[in-house]
Amino acid sequence: MIIRRFYEWPSESNPFSELNRMRSEMESLFGRLADSLPTGYGPGVFPLINITEDHDRLYVRAELPGVKANEIEISATGNNLSIGGERKVAPENEVASYHRREREAGVFRRTITLPSDIDANRVEASYTNGILKVTLPKAELSKPKQISVKAA
Amino acid sequence: METQELQAREKREVTNPAEQTKAGVVFTPPVDIFETPSEITVLADMPGVNAEHLTVDLRDNVLTLTGDVEPPEGPNERIVLRQYQTGRYFRQFSLSEAIDQEKVEANLTDGVLRLKLPKIAAAQPRRITVKSG
Repeated sequence: MIIRRFYEWPSESNPFSELNRMRSEMESLFGRLADSLPTGYGPGVFPLINITEDHDRLYVRAELPGVKANEIEISATGNNLSIGGERKVAPENEVASYHRREREAGVFRRTITLPSDIDANRVEASYTNGILKVTLPKAELSKPKQISVKAA
Repeated sequence: METQELQAREKREVTNPAEQTKAGVVFTPPVDIFETPSEITVLADMPGVNAEHLTVDLRDNVLTLTGDVEPPEGPNERIVLRQYQTGRYFRQFSLSEAIDQEKVEANLTDGVLRLKLPKIAAAQPRRITVKSG
């Protein structure tokens, strides 16, 4: 059965169509931004991360100054990466009087849903100058493939 | 003391820096500063700065910290998500105490600068003997 409508009007049978229309308009407004952002990134979760990718790998970077490399816990499965640990600010000399105290200490844990599946066995992490860099090789299945078209 | 959970904070951008010759964003590193009778210690979080790109300058009682961060991404990497930016770190303090320039020590470990500024030893009280005669 084919139903034709004279007007572009939300049908009563589908109350979500108006919402869907708004959503698609918002998405076209934000263009590729909305598409390219993987879901599940709530703001305010420590540490802030940057994700980049090339053909074979994903790279996740986070600023973790003053955290010891062996005190960072990283685990990866399927398309999830979890980073946790504790940043300690050692107590100083007791006679010291503080003028500024802006550096914060505490525990952190963050789980990130990655934009593609990864090979969890080959994940590598390095820590230099307070920056954590996790290199995640993409799973064979999620690498882009060239498909040749056969002429019949 | 119970350990609290760390909250993500956006890096503070310098609102009115002295005009920079290099284009790019400038951030204020969070610092701890404390003082004992003999020295002042400054701790600053400057992730991504290596020792070659960090400048500590002390002149006319003004302490200037400058750290440059090179973009960490390789040439073929495409950005998927960017939650923090990288750029230069810059912060200035004026010190009220006279500092012994020769004995200043700076140490950069895991992206944290630790700067030791020993005060000039206060002039020792001298006893003046009065001769009679």
